[in-house]
This record gives sequence, C-alpha cells and structure tokens, in this order.
Amino acid sequence: MGVAVIGASMTKFGQRDAWIRELLSQAGEECLTDAGVTPDDVEHLYVSNMASGEFEGQTGIMNLLAHDLGVLPAYSERVDQTSSSGGAGIYEAWQSVASGVSDMTLLVGGEKMTHKTTGQATDIIASITHPDEYKHGVTLPSFAGMTARHYLERFDAPRESLARVAVKNHRNGVDNPKAQFQKEITMEKALESPIIADPLRLYDFCPITDGSAALMFTTEERAKEITDEYALVSGIGGATDTHVVHERDDPTVMGGVVESSKEAYEMAGLGPDDLDVAELHDMFTILEFLQLEGIGVADQGTAWEMAMDGATAKDGELPINTSGGLKSKGHPLGASGVAQGVEIYEQLVGEAGPRQVEADTALACNVGGFGNCVITTIMEAAE
Amino acid sequence: MTLEAGMCSNGHVSYPTHPLCPECGEPQDETFDLADRTAEVVTWTHSTATPPGVRQPNTLAIVAFDVTDIDDASDEFVRALGQVTTDDIETGDTVEPVYVEELRDPDAGIKVPESQDWDGYRWDPV
Repeated sequence: MGVAVIGASMTKFGQRDAWIRELLSQAGEECLTDAGVTPDDVEHLYVSNMASGEFEGQTGIMNLLAHDLGVLPAYSERVDQTSSSGGAGIYEAWQSVASGVSDMTLLVGGEKMTHKTTGQATDIIASITHPDEYKHGVTLPSFAGMTARHYLERFDAPRESLARVAVKNHRNGVDNPKAQFQKEITMEKALESPIIADPLRLYDFCPITDGSAALMFTTEERAKEITDEYALVSGIGGATDTHVVHERDDPTVMGGVVESSKEAYEMAGLGPDDLDVAELHDMFTILEFLQLEGIGVADQGTAWEMAMDGATAKDGELPINTSGGLKSKGHPLGASGVAQGVEIYEQLVGEAGPRQVEADTALACNVGGFGNCVITTIMEAAE
Repeated sequence: MTLEAGMCSNGHVSYPTHPLCPECGEPQDETFDLADRTAEVVTWTHSTATPPGVRQPNTLAIVAFDVTDIDDASDEFVRALGQVTTDDIETGDTVEPVYVEELRDPDAGIKVPESQDWDGYRWDPV
C-alpha cells in the first residue's frame, strides 16, 4: 500500500523555555492543522524520543501527548533508537500505514536537553555505549575525533574539507527560521575554534538543542482525497551495526548506512544517481562524508572532494542539508530524524521557501549512536 | 584482572567478548588474555569536553593487537579502545596495556555504579 506524507511541522529549535510536554504538543497540533485532519482521524501516534526520563524525569510521553492532542483512543507508542529515534519513528509510522493497520498516523519527535550542563548531556548520550567503552570516558564526540583522524590520514584528505561542511551547513541554516543558528561562519572561525576531540573543533559539532518536529502519514488513496500536495514514502530501510564501535571491519564505513540505504533504494527502485536533495545526519562534520560514501553518492575516501568542490552546496550537483543540518539547525535527539523528514517533505511539495531546490526525489539518513542504528528514507513528490 | 578477548569455533576473535560470535553466531567458547601483549595505535584523540567523573583531557586510542600466533584464530588482529597514559601519542605507536583500578569516578556519571566494572587497562607507549 502506498504511504503518503500529507503534513509537517516543527517548533523553533534551540534553547527553549518549554519542557518536553509543550514542545511535543506544539509540533503535534501544528501538524494536525497543516495536514488538515482532526484528532479523531488519528489512528496511530508515535512519539520519537531518546531520553525524556533521563533528561527531565518525564516518562510515558506517548500517553501524555495522546491525551493532550485529543487523539484518544489511538494506539500510541514511544520510539527510542537513540539519535535515530526520529527515523525509527518514520519507519514505524510507515509500517503502520503500509500494513493497512492505520489509515492516519501522526509521528511527533522531540527532546528537551538544554537545561542540563554540556557534561551531563554528554554523559546521558554516552550512556548508550558498551560498558567497556563507557568506563574509559568515551563520548560520541571522541568517536568522531578518532574516526576523523583515521579518515584524514588514510585518504590524505585536507582538514579544511571538514570545515567546509560546517561553513556550508551554517550558510544553509541562515535560510531556516526554525534553525538554532541562523548565522554564517567563516573557514577561519571553524578552523580556529577550540579543540573538542582533535582533529575536530567546536564547529565540527552540532549543538545541544530543545525542539520537536512532526509528520502526518496516510494512504496514497486518502492523501489524494485530502490534498494535492503530498509526498510518497517510496523506500525505507533500517539496519544495525556493532554496538562496540572498534569492532567494525573498517572504521570509515558505517555498515548501517550502507545496508539501510541499499534496502531503501531497492524498495524505491532507485539509486544514488536519482537523488535531487538529501538530509544527512551531520552530528559531526565527518559524518557527512561517511554517509555520502555509505549511500553510494561517493566512492570510499572521496566524499571530502565533494565538499571542496562545492558539489554538496545548495546550488551544487547534490544539495546536502538544505535545512542547515543538525550542525546549524540543532540536534534535539528524538526530533532530528523527524525534522529531516520535514525538510525533504517541504522540498518535495515546494514549501521550503528560500531553501527551495528543484527536487522530485529526496533522501534522509538518520544515524543513531555512532552509526549503531540507521534509518534511510526516500520520499518522492506525488505525480 | 585480564583484558579478555573471545574466540568462536570458526576462529573469529573479538574484544570485548560476546555470548555469541558477532561474525557467525557460534558460541565464543574460548578466551585469551591480551594484557601481556603489545598493540599498535590505529587512531586517537584528545577529548577535552569530558563528562562528569572523567579526566580532562581524556586521551583515547583504538589499538590493534596482533593475534596471528593464537592457534585456530582466523583473524589477524583484534582492536580495543582505551585511555592512553600520556597525551603524547601518534598513529602507529606501539603501546602496552597498564592496569588501572578506576578509569573514571563511578559515582559521578549517570550509570548505577554497581552495574558495571570501572577498572581496566590504559595504553602506555613502549
């Protein structure tokens, strides 16, 4: 059964006064309005969230949101797949409609993080690691530093190529009113910022963010009755890689990206050459290279050349992260994958405003942990 | 205390150990200690933004142990992640494991202290 996305919304990302309840309900309510459906229509509700219990002490948030939005007695479920909870929510929502179980599914992703110190937030996120990694004080940024060093040394890539990712995504974020940072940065600023996990510096990392995003899914038939503007989920795949990061055969290959994108391409009957725009999980600049290679757009060890050539800029051969990416838009864990879906949906239905590019086919790759779990989604514009 | 690697009947080696081999699904019915071996640094970082209870900066490295001398091992090396005893480290350096009773303060982080071990090995350049 064809699955369509008929509505999207997101709150402003950044440092917000609102707590998880308000963030989720704001995005959820706006998505109902955008899709033009009533709470009564919603049969399934998925809430993507990594750690509201750990961050805020609030658990059971699927029930909380279902009640606040008046979608009772819809089936509701919280989806946790760490940083790819949003992508996993897209997968669950797609399954619910594709299987014929639900005619109308609302997905809301959200996280409230900024009330914690950077150290506390880093520790909550680092708790996803294996106990034998955690005891050494490893953090997700330190995995990124070690991987970036290996990549640069092995493929003789210039350090500047990583800074170009940061500069590009900050440039894109200027045109996104929902982004945490709407501010350009220079190469000098990126290259001279404080070291966080060398060779990576402050501007190689996404910020800590509060925010929420939502998508409405229905059948293609129902979508046609409701609106002229919708996108189709034509391919989706999910895959899991090793929990222990150093156990991977090749430190520069994210197996979950390779496998999930392969699955999504096969389902859609498409390949990397068919993509017009993509949102990649640039939690760290190096991840944009690993994903460009994992989804087959670039050969291994060459994605840095695309950054240097401007091929991934908004006016480039394949625009990457027109939203500003996690880098500039922000990364409220459970919301990020949903927000990627919001961006590609808006690109496909022509609602991306100053960020608009010509696009009929779009991909979003949402990475959990350090490539531990990955969801790749392909959407196409309705004909 | 050992730095225990696991091996399945097909000779696949991993550190840490797993109940079933991540490569083929067979039980890891053999173990051996890496603590008395040297290893080569594959990559490293100085982590400056560390969580509560973790030294700052925290220099970390992924190292590779040569296991070609292990009978029946089909893998040539096995990797391990760990803290480094010094900030002065480079890719390709040879290191040896050095036992440390407490790698971070178990009471400062989010995890329940009793839920896991906190001792282990740091990599010391040879």
